[in-house]
Amino acid sequence: MASLIDLANPTRFMRFSAVVLPWFAAAAAVLVCVGLYLAWFVAPADYQQGETIRIMFIHVPAAWLAMMFYSMMAISALGTLVWRHPLADVAQKAAAPIGACFALVCLLTGALWGKPMWGTYWVWDARLTSVLVLLLVYLGIIALWRVLDEPLRAARAVAILTLVGFVNVPIIKFSVDWWNTLHQPASVLRIGGPSIHPSMLWPLLILAVGFTLFALALHMVAMRSEIMRRRVRTLTILEAERLDRLAAQGAAA
Amino acid sequence: MSALGPHAGFILAAYGVSALVLAGLTLGILRDHRAQKQALDALERRGAGRTPGREAS
Repeated sequence: MASLIDLANPTRFMRFSAVVLPWFAAAAAVLVCVGLYLAWFVAPADYQQGETIRIMFIHVPAAWLAMMFYSMMAISALGTLVWRHPLADVAQKAAAPIGACFALVCLLTGALWGKPMWGTYWVWDARLTSVLVLLLVYLGIIALWRVLDEPLRAARAVAILTLVGFVNVPIIKFSVDWWNTLHQPASVLRIGGPSIHPSMLWPLLILAVGFTLFALALHMVAMRSEIMRRRVRTLTILEAERLDRLAAQGAAA
Repeated sequence: MSALGPHAGFILAAYGVSALVLAGLTLGILRDHRAQKQALDALERRGAGRTPGREAS
Protein backbone atom coordinates (compact mmCIF):
# COMPACT_ATOMS: atom_id res chain seq x y z
CA MET A 1 0.00 0.00 0.00
CA ALA A 2 2.89 2.31 0.88
CA SER A 3 4.36 1.73 -2.60
CA LEU A 4 1.01 2.60 -4.18
CA ILE A 5 0.89 5.87 -2.27
CA ASP A 6 4.51 6.57 -3.27
CA LEU A 7 3.57 5.92 -6.89
CA ALA A 8 0.61 8.30 -6.73
CA ASN A 9 2.81 11.31 -7.27
CA PRO A 10 2.98 13.00 -10.69
CA THR A 11 6.75 12.66 -11.14
CA ARG A 12 6.84 9.00 -10.09
CA PHE A 13 3.72 8.29 -12.16
CA MET A 14 5.40 9.73 -15.29
CA ARG A 15 8.44 7.46 -14.75
CA PHE A 16 6.34 4.37 -13.89
CA SER A 17 3.88 4.81 -16.78
CA ALA A 18 6.69 5.28 -19.32
CA VAL A 19 7.97 1.80 -18.39
CA VAL A 20 4.60 0.01 -18.05
CA LEU A 21 2.76 1.57 -21.02
CA PRO A 22 4.40 -0.41 -23.86
CA TRP A 23 3.75 -3.69 -22.01
CA PHE A 24 0.08 -2.85 -21.49
CA ALA A 25 -0.32 -1.84 -25.13
CA ALA A 26 1.44 -4.98 -26.42
CA ALA A 27 -0.54 -7.32 -24.12
CA ALA A 28 -3.79 -5.58 -25.14
CA ALA A 29 -2.98 -5.98 -28.86
CA VAL A 30 -2.18 -9.70 -28.46
CA LEU A 31 -5.27 -10.45 -26.33
CA VAL A 32 -7.66 -8.48 -28.58
CA CYS A 33 -6.30 -10.27 -31.70
CA VAL A 34 -6.55 -13.73 -30.05
CA GLY A 35 -10.00 -12.90 -28.64
CA LEU A 36 -11.31 -11.68 -32.01
CA TYR A 37 -9.97 -14.79 -33.74
CA LEU A 38 -11.73 -17.06 -31.20
CA ALA A 39 -14.91 -14.94 -31.34
CA TRP A 40 -15.11 -15.04 -35.13
CA PHE A 41 -13.66 -18.43 -36.11
CA VAL A 42 -13.92 -20.76 -33.09
CA ALA A 43 -17.02 -19.77 -31.06
CA PRO A 44 -20.16 -21.38 -32.48
CA ALA A 45 -23.33 -19.55 -33.48
CA ASP A 46 -25.95 -19.37 -30.71
CA TYR A 47 -28.86 -21.83 -30.93
CA GLN A 48 -31.37 -18.97 -30.58
CA GLN A 49 -29.59 -15.81 -31.71
CA GLY A 50 -27.53 -17.35 -34.50
CA GLU A 51 -24.53 -15.38 -35.76
CA THR A 52 -25.65 -12.14 -34.06
CA ILE A 53 -24.12 -13.57 -30.86
CA ARG A 54 -20.79 -12.27 -32.28
CA ILE A 55 -21.94 -8.76 -31.36
CA MET A 56 -21.86 -9.86 -27.70
CA PHE A 57 -18.05 -10.11 -27.80
CA ILE A 58 -17.81 -6.33 -28.16
CA HIS A 59 -21.05 -5.25 -26.52
CA VAL A 60 -20.45 -6.93 -23.14
CA PRO A 61 -16.80 -5.81 -22.59
CA ALA A 62 -17.86 -2.26 -23.61
CA ALA A 63 -20.66 -2.31 -21.01
CA TRP A 64 -18.29 -3.63 -18.30
CA LEU A 65 -15.66 -0.99 -19.13
CA ALA A 66 -18.20 1.86 -19.19
CA MET A 67 -19.19 0.91 -15.61
CA MET A 68 -15.63 0.12 -14.50
CA PHE A 69 -14.33 3.50 -15.64
CA TYR A 70 -17.18 5.28 -13.90
CA SER A 71 -16.42 3.34 -10.69
CA MET A 72 -12.73 4.33 -11.02
CA MET A 73 -13.84 7.95 -11.42
CA ALA A 74 -15.98 7.72 -8.27
CA ILE A 75 -12.95 6.43 -6.30
CA SER A 76 -10.86 9.27 -7.76
CA ALA A 77 -13.60 11.74 -6.77
CA LEU A 78 -13.21 10.55 -3.16
CA GLY A 79 -9.46 11.04 -3.54
CA THR A 80 -10.07 14.61 -4.69
CA LEU A 81 -12.64 15.56 -2.04
CA VAL A 82 -11.33 13.65 1.00
CA TRP A 83 -7.55 13.42 0.53
CA ARG A 84 -7.07 16.21 -2.05
CA HIS A 85 -4.60 13.94 -3.79
CA PRO A 86 -2.76 15.61 -6.71
CA LEU A 87 -3.23 12.66 -9.06
CA ALA A 88 -6.88 11.89 -8.20
CA ASP A 89 -8.48 14.57 -10.37
CA VAL A 90 -5.93 13.95 -13.14
CA ALA A 91 -7.02 10.29 -13.18
CA GLN A 92 -10.67 11.28 -13.11
CA LYS A 93 -10.41 13.81 -15.93
CA ALA A 94 -8.46 11.37 -18.12
CA ALA A 95 -10.98 8.56 -17.53
CA ALA A 96 -14.15 10.43 -18.56
CA PRO A 97 -13.77 10.41 -22.39
CA ILE A 98 -12.66 6.76 -22.33
CA GLY A 99 -15.65 5.67 -20.25
CA ALA A 100 -17.97 7.76 -22.45
CA CYS A 101 -16.67 6.07 -25.62
CA PHE A 102 -17.23 2.61 -24.15
CA ALA A 103 -20.75 3.60 -23.06
CA LEU A 104 -21.37 4.82 -26.63
CA VAL A 105 -20.02 1.56 -28.11
CA CYS A 106 -22.25 -0.38 -25.71
CA LEU A 107 -25.35 1.57 -26.79
CA LEU A 108 -24.58 1.41 -30.53
CA THR A 109 -23.75 -2.31 -30.57
CA GLY A 110 -26.77 -2.98 -28.35
CA ALA A 111 -29.04 -1.19 -30.84
CA LEU A 112 -27.53 -3.13 -33.75
CA TRP A 113 -28.03 -6.39 -31.84
CA GLY A 114 -31.53 -5.40 -30.68
CA LYS A 115 -32.95 -4.75 -34.14
CA PRO A 116 -32.57 -8.31 -35.52
CA MET A 117 -33.34 -9.99 -32.15
CA TRP A 118 -36.05 -7.79 -30.60
CA GLY A 119 -37.33 -6.14 -33.75
CA THR A 120 -36.34 -2.65 -32.55
CA TYR A 121 -33.18 -0.57 -32.16
CA TRP A 122 -34.36 1.01 -28.92
CA VAL A 123 -36.87 0.63 -26.09
CA TRP A 124 -37.13 2.81 -23.02
CA ASP A 125 -36.59 -0.08 -20.63
CA ALA A 126 -34.60 0.11 -17.39
CA ARG A 127 -31.28 -1.33 -18.63
CA LEU A 128 -31.08 0.64 -21.88
CA THR A 129 -32.26 3.88 -20.30
CA SER A 130 -29.85 3.64 -17.35
CA VAL A 131 -26.90 3.10 -19.75
CA LEU A 132 -28.06 6.13 -21.76
CA VAL A 133 -28.12 8.11 -18.47
CA LEU A 134 -24.55 6.90 -17.82
CA LEU A 135 -23.45 8.29 -21.21
CA LEU A 136 -25.21 11.60 -20.49
CA VAL A 137 -23.52 11.85 -17.05
CA TYR A 138 -20.15 11.19 -18.72
CA LEU A 139 -20.86 13.98 -21.24
CA GLY A 140 -21.93 16.31 -18.41
CA ILE A 141 -18.66 15.63 -16.58
CA ILE A 142 -16.59 16.26 -19.73
CA ALA A 143 -18.52 19.52 -20.33
CA LEU A 144 -17.99 20.66 -16.72
CA TRP A 145 -14.24 20.10 -17.02
CA ARG A 146 -14.23 22.34 -20.09
CA VAL A 147 -16.38 25.10 -18.60
CA LEU A 148 -14.22 25.69 -15.50
CA ASP A 149 -10.73 27.01 -16.28
CA GLU A 150 -9.08 26.60 -12.90
CA PRO A 151 -8.20 22.86 -12.55
CA LEU A 152 -8.55 22.59 -8.74
CA ARG A 153 -11.94 24.33 -8.66
CA ALA A 154 -13.15 22.23 -11.61
CA ALA A 155 -11.91 19.06 -9.89
CA ARG A 156 -14.06 19.64 -6.79
CA ALA A 157 -17.20 20.45 -8.82
CA VAL A 158 -16.68 17.43 -11.07
CA ALA A 159 -15.99 15.16 -8.08
CA ILE A 160 -19.36 16.06 -6.54
CA LEU A 161 -21.18 15.45 -9.84
CA THR A 162 -19.31 12.13 -10.27
CA LEU A 163 -20.32 10.90 -6.81
CA VAL A 164 -23.97 11.89 -7.38
CA GLY A 165 -23.92 10.10 -10.76
CA PHE A 166 -22.46 6.93 -9.19
CA VAL A 167 -25.94 6.03 -7.92
CA ASN A 168 -26.65 5.01 -11.53
CA VAL A 169 -24.00 2.23 -11.60
CA PRO A 170 -25.79 -0.26 -9.30
CA ILE A 171 -29.05 0.68 -11.07
CA ILE A 172 -27.50 -0.42 -14.39
CA LYS A 173 -26.20 -3.68 -12.87
CA PHE A 174 -29.43 -4.68 -11.10
CA SER A 175 -31.97 -3.10 -13.47
CA VAL A 176 -32.55 -6.47 -15.15
CA ASP A 177 -33.40 -8.02 -11.75
CA TRP A 178 -35.43 -5.15 -10.29
CA TRP A 179 -37.59 -4.42 -13.32
CA ASN A 180 -39.18 -6.41 -16.10
CA THR A 181 -36.95 -5.48 -19.06
CA LEU A 182 -36.48 -6.59 -22.64
CA HIS A 183 -32.76 -6.98 -21.92
CA GLN A 184 -31.68 -10.46 -20.82
CA PRO A 185 -30.46 -10.96 -17.20
CA ALA A 186 -26.75 -11.32 -16.37
CA SER A 187 -25.18 -14.46 -17.81
CA VAL A 188 -21.53 -14.08 -16.72
CA LEU A 189 -21.31 -12.07 -13.47
CA ARG A 190 -24.07 -13.85 -11.55
CA ILE A 191 -24.58 -15.87 -8.39
CA GLY A 192 -24.15 -19.53 -9.32
CA GLY A 193 -21.48 -18.80 -11.96
CA PRO A 194 -21.69 -18.07 -15.67
CA SER A 195 -24.58 -19.64 -17.59
CA ILE A 196 -22.79 -19.18 -20.91
CA HIS A 197 -21.03 -22.11 -22.65
CA PRO A 198 -17.20 -22.16 -22.29
CA SER A 199 -16.78 -21.99 -26.09
CA MET A 200 -18.29 -18.48 -25.92
CA LEU A 201 -17.17 -17.58 -22.40
CA TRP A 202 -13.42 -17.86 -23.10
CA PRO A 203 -13.35 -15.54 -26.14
CA LEU A 204 -15.53 -13.11 -24.17
CA LEU A 205 -13.20 -13.12 -21.14
CA ILE A 206 -10.05 -12.84 -23.30
CA LEU A 207 -11.56 -9.87 -25.16
CA ALA A 208 -12.70 -8.31 -21.87
CA VAL A 209 -9.14 -8.48 -20.46
CA GLY A 210 -7.70 -7.25 -23.79
CA PHE A 211 -10.06 -4.27 -23.99
CA THR A 212 -9.43 -3.50 -20.29
CA LEU A 213 -5.65 -3.37 -20.87
CA PHE A 214 -6.24 -1.25 -24.00
CA ALA A 215 -8.43 1.17 -22.02
CA LEU A 216 -5.94 1.32 -19.14
CA ALA A 217 -3.12 2.05 -21.59
CA LEU A 218 -5.18 4.88 -23.10
CA HIS A 219 -5.93 6.11 -19.58
CA MET A 220 -2.22 6.23 -18.76
CA VAL A 221 -1.47 8.23 -21.94
CA ALA A 222 -4.35 10.62 -21.17
CA MET A 223 -3.10 11.05 -17.58
CA ARG A 224 0.40 11.82 -18.85
CA SER A 225 -1.09 14.44 -21.21
CA GLU A 226 -3.06 16.01 -18.35
CA ILE A 227 0.01 16.20 -16.10
CA MET A 228 1.92 17.88 -18.96
CA ARG A 229 -1.03 20.26 -19.64
CA ARG A 230 -0.93 21.45 -16.02
CA ARG A 231 2.86 21.87 -16.17
CA VAL A 232 2.44 23.89 -19.39
CA ARG A 233 -0.19 26.06 -17.67
CA THR A 234 2.08 26.72 -14.66
CA LEU A 235 5.13 27.46 -16.82
CA THR A 236 3.12 29.79 -19.08
CA ILE A 237 1.96 31.77 -16.02
CA LEU A 238 5.53 31.92 -14.66
CA GLU A 239 6.86 33.04 -18.03
CA ALA A 240 4.19 35.75 -18.30
CA GLU A 241 5.10 37.00 -14.81
CA ARG A 242 8.81 37.02 -15.73
CA LEU A 243 8.10 39.02 -18.91
CA ASP A 244 5.97 41.47 -16.88
CA ARG A 245 8.84 41.96 -14.43
CA LEU A 246 11.31 42.52 -17.29
CA ALA A 247 8.97 45.04 -18.90
CA ALA A 248 8.57 46.87 -15.59
CA GLN A 249 12.39 46.96 -15.10
CA GLY A 250 12.81 48.29 -18.69
CA ALA A 251 10.24 51.02 -18.08
CA ALA A 252 11.94 52.02 -14.81
CA ALA A 253 15.36 52.23 -16.51
CA MET B 1 -20.79 -12.39 -45.70
CA SER B 2 -23.07 -15.37 -46.38
CA ALA B 3 -21.45 -17.28 -43.47
CA LEU B 4 -22.77 -14.60 -41.14
CA GLY B 5 -26.36 -15.35 -42.13
CA PRO B 6 -29.22 -12.96 -42.79
CA HIS B 7 -28.08 -10.46 -40.13
CA ALA B 8 -24.55 -9.98 -41.52
CA GLY B 9 -25.15 -6.25 -42.02
CA PHE B 10 -25.95 -5.73 -38.32
CA ILE B 11 -22.93 -7.76 -37.17
CA LEU B 12 -20.49 -5.98 -39.48
CA ALA B 13 -21.99 -2.57 -38.65
CA ALA B 14 -21.57 -3.27 -34.91
CA TYR B 15 -17.88 -4.13 -35.37
CA GLY B 16 -17.35 -1.24 -37.81
CA VAL B 17 -18.90 1.42 -35.59
CA SER B 18 -16.99 0.11 -32.53
CA ALA B 19 -13.69 0.22 -34.46
CA LEU B 20 -14.51 3.77 -35.59
CA VAL B 21 -15.31 5.04 -32.07
CA LEU B 22 -12.27 3.38 -30.47
CA ALA B 23 -9.92 4.50 -33.28
CA GLY B 24 -11.22 8.08 -32.92
CA LEU B 25 -10.69 7.94 -29.15
CA THR B 26 -7.14 6.57 -29.55
CA LEU B 27 -6.20 9.16 -32.18
CA GLY B 28 -7.64 12.00 -30.07
CA ILE B 29 -5.68 10.91 -26.98
CA LEU B 30 -2.42 10.42 -28.93
CA ARG B 31 -2.77 13.80 -30.68
CA ASP B 32 -3.41 15.57 -27.38
CA HIS B 33 -0.36 13.83 -25.86
CA ARG B 34 1.84 14.97 -28.74
CA ALA B 35 0.51 18.55 -28.53
CA GLN B 36 1.14 18.78 -24.76
CA LYS B 37 4.63 17.30 -25.12
CA GLN B 38 5.53 19.79 -27.86
CA ALA B 39 4.20 22.73 -25.81
CA LEU B 40 6.10 21.60 -22.70
CA ASP B 41 9.34 21.03 -24.64
CA ALA B 42 9.04 24.51 -26.22
CA LEU B 43 8.53 26.17 -22.81
CA GLU B 44 11.42 24.26 -21.24
CA ARG B 45 13.70 25.17 -24.16
CA ARG B 46 12.85 28.85 -23.55
CA GLY B 47 13.77 28.37 -19.87
CA ALA B 48 10.29 29.17 -18.60
CA GLY B 49 9.94 28.57 -14.87
CA ARG B 50 13.64 28.83 -14.09
CA THR B 51 14.56 31.30 -11.38
CA PRO B 52 16.88 34.16 -12.53
CA GLY B 53 19.68 32.89 -10.26
CA ARG B 54 19.60 29.43 -11.79
CA GLU B 55 19.30 30.88 -15.26
CA ALA B 56 22.65 32.67 -14.81
CA SER B 57 24.51 29.57 -13.60
